[in-house]
Amino acid sequence: MRKYASQQPSLADRLEVWLPKLILAPTTLAMIVCMYGFILWTGALSLTKSRMLPQWEFVGLVQYDKLFANPRWDVALSNLVVFGVLFILISLLIGLLLAIFLDQKIRVEGAIRTIYLYPMAVSFVVTGTAWKWILNPGLGIEKLVRDLGFTDFEFRWLVDQEMAIYTIVIAAVWQSSGFVMAMFLAGLRGVDENLIKAAQIDGAKPWQTYWHVILPILRPVFFGAVVILSHIAIKSFDLVQALTGGGPGYASDLPANFMYTFAFNRAQMGIGAASAMIMLFGVLAILVPYLYSELRGSQRD
Amino acid sequence: MLKRSIAACVAAASFALTPATQAAEVEVLHWWTSGGEAKSVAYLKKRLEGQGVAWKDFAVAGGGGENAMTVLKSRAVSGNPPTAAQIKGPSIQEWGELGFLASVDDVAKANKWDALLPTVVSDVMKHDGKYVAAPVNVHRVNWLWANPEVFRKAGATIPTTWADFMVQAKKVKDAGYIALAHGGQAWQDATVFEAVVLGVGGPEYYQKAFVELDMDALNSKTTEDVFRVFGELRQFIDTNSPGRDWNVATSMVINGEAAMQIMGDWAKGEFAVAGKRAGTDYVCVASPGTSNAFTFNVDSFAFFKQSDTGAQKAQKAMAQEILGSDFQKVFNLNKGSIPARLGMARDEFDTCAHDSMNAFVASSQTGGLVPSFAHGMAVSEAVSGAIYDVATNYFNSSTSAADGKAQLVAAVQAAM
Repeated sequence: MRKYASQQPSLADRLEVWLPKLILAPTTLAMIVCMYGFILWTGALSLTKSRMLPQWEFVGLVQYDKLFANPRWDVALSNLVVFGVLFILISLLIGLLLAIFLDQKIRVEGAIRTIYLYPMAVSFVVTGTAWKWILNPGLGIEKLVRDLGFTDFEFRWLVDQEMAIYTIVIAAVWQSSGFVMAMFLAGLRGVDENLIKAAQIDGAKPWQTYWHVILPILRPVFFGAVVILSHIAIKSFDLVQALTGGGPGYASDLPANFMYTFAFNRAQMGIGAASAMIMLFGVLAILVPYLYSELRGSQRD
Repeated sequence: MLKRSIAACVAAASFALTPATQAAEVEVLHWWTSGGEAKSVAYLKKRLEGQGVAWKDFAVAGGGGENAMTVLKSRAVSGNPPTAAQIKGPSIQEWGELGFLASVDDVAKANKWDALLPTVVSDVMKHDGKYVAAPVNVHRVNWLWANPEVFRKAGATIPTTWADFMVQAKKVKDAGYIALAHGGQAWQDATVFEAVVLGVGGPEYYQKAFVELDMDALNSKTTEDVFRVFGELRQFIDTNSPGRDWNVATSMVINGEAAMQIMGDWAKGEFAVAGKRAGTDYVCVASPGTSNAFTFNVDSFAFFKQSDTGAQKAQKAMAQEILGSDFQKVFNLNKGSIPARLGMARDEFDTCAHDSMNAFVASSQTGGLVPSFAHGMAVSEAVSGAIYDVATNYFNSSTSAADGKAQLVAAVQAAM
C-alpha cells in the first residue's frame, strides 16, 4: 500500500506511526524502571552487606547462606509449599464443582453466582480479620458449639503451632474459590453445545461427558487458574498478617512476611533482599514454563 | 501565555518542594499518636512555641515505630532528614555510624547532662563521645501487675521469686482464674522471657549473656534454667492468648479475670484510664526475683544533621527543652514513665513511679540497671530479632529447655 504514497510522508502518516509509540512510552518506561529496574536493584542489594540502609559493599552469596541457615526461613518455605499446594488444589476443586453445578441451568443462577463471587470483593485483610474471630477458640466456632451443649468440643487450629497454616488455607480458599468458579463457568459456557449433544447421542453418562469431553476442552482455563492462584499464594502477605500475624511464634510465616520482617523491622536488608530474590525465582519457575507453552502454542496456530 | 503559566507552575512546584527555611522550625518524626503519648508530645510543642520555635509535626502512626522507621530511612537516604526523630537504643549508634546525626554536645556541656544522667543512659545517647540524642523518659520493663482481689479469693500471695510464682500461680489457676494474663505476640513473649532471664540469672548474667552476647554465658547451665522456668509459664496462660494485644491482657487483670501480668510501666496508663488506684485496686511489684534490678527502656530523640543554620538553632533549643525539668515532669506524668533526669521533685508522681525512681537510683549504683533487650535497648535489631524468634517459638511449642538454649546460641551467633 505504502509504496503508492508520496515520497514525503504526510503529517498524519507520521503521526500514525509515532502516536502509538508515544502513548505507550510512559508506561513502558515506568515498567522498565519500576519493575525490572527494581528487580535488578534488589538482586544487587542481596549481594551486599546492607543492614539498615543500602551499603554497596559486595560480599557474594553470604546473605543467601545466612538466609538458608535461618530456621524461620525453613518454616516460611515449607509453609509456602503446604499453603500453595492445598490452596490451589482445593480452590480448583471447589471452583470447578460450583461451576458445574451452576451450569445445570438452575433457577436463580445470577443470585447464587453473585453470592459465591462476593468474597472476592473484600480484601484479604478483611477476610483475615473475620476468620480470626471465627476461628478464635474463645469467640468463634469452638465457643458456639460449646454453648450448644457440646462442652468437650475443641477446634483451636488458630492457636496451634502445627495447624495454624491450615487456617490460612481455609480463609484463602473461601476468598478465591468463587473467582475460580467464575473462570470455569465462563469456560463451560464456551463449550460447543454440539459436542455435548454428540456425546449424549453416543450414550455417555453426564459424568462421562464431563470427564472425557468437557474437562479436556477446559485445559487452558485450568492453566490460567493455576497461574493466577500460584502467584496469589507466593505473594500472600496481608492474609497472614491479619489472620495470625505469623503466629503462634512464627509457625504460620510465609516468605513475604519473612521478607518484610527482615528488610524493614530488623534492619537486615541484605537477607530481606535475598529472600525476595528467592521468591522471584519461585514465581519465574511457574511462569516461564507457562509462557513458553503459551508462546509455542500461538506460533503453531 | 501557555508558556508563562507552565513556568509559574514549575516555580510553584519547586517552591513547594524546597524545605521551608523558616528562621526556627523543628520537624519531628515520632509515633506517639495516641492518648497520653500524644498529650506528652503536644506539651513539648507548646513549650518550644513559647520560645519562638515552630513545630512541624511528622507523626507516623504504628505502635512499634516500624512504619516511622521506614519513612525515616527513605527521608534520610533522599538527603532530607527531619530535625529530630524518635530513635532509641543501639539504633542511635547505627545512625551515627552512617554519619547522619548531629552533635548537640555544646548544649549538653552547658546544661551539665553528664551530671544529670546515669552513665548507662548517657552512654546510649552518645556517639563517638558526643551527645547526638536526648532522653525523654525511662520505662521500667520488669514489672509485675497484680490484682490483689483475685489473690485474696484464691488464697494466694503475690510471688517474689520464680519458684514461689509457680506455687502461687497454681493456686490461682485451681481457683478458676487465669494466673498470667498474656498476649501471644513476639514482643510480649520476649518481654516475659526477659523478666525470667533477669529473675533467674540475675543482672550479672543478664549483662554478660544478653548485652555483651558472651557465648560462654549464653551457653551456660543458667540459660537452660531460664528456658525451663520460661517453659513452665506456658501452663499459666489461657489458650486464647495468641495475637492478643497487651492492653487487652492488662484489662483482664483490671477486670479480675486474671491475677497477674508481666509488662512495662506503660501498663499503668490502662489502670489509670479504668479509674483504678495503685496500692489498693492493683499492685505493682518488681517481676519475680528482680527487686534489686531494673531493665530500662529509654525513649529518646536523635538529632539529624541540618544544613540550615536556623534549623540548627531550633534543634539545640529542642535539645535543651527535652532535658528541662519542667518538660520531663509533665511528659512522664502523662506517659507513666519516670524522668530520665535524676534528682527531680517527685511529689506529683504515684507510688509505682516512686518505686521505679528508687529502684532506678539504687540499681544504677549496684550494677542492676540493665538495658532491655526486648525493647531494643541492649543489642542491634538483628540480634534482638533473633532472640525474639527463639523466645516466641519456644514459648508456643513444647521444645525442651536444652533445645531452647541450643537454638538461642545458634540464632544469636548467626545474627551477630
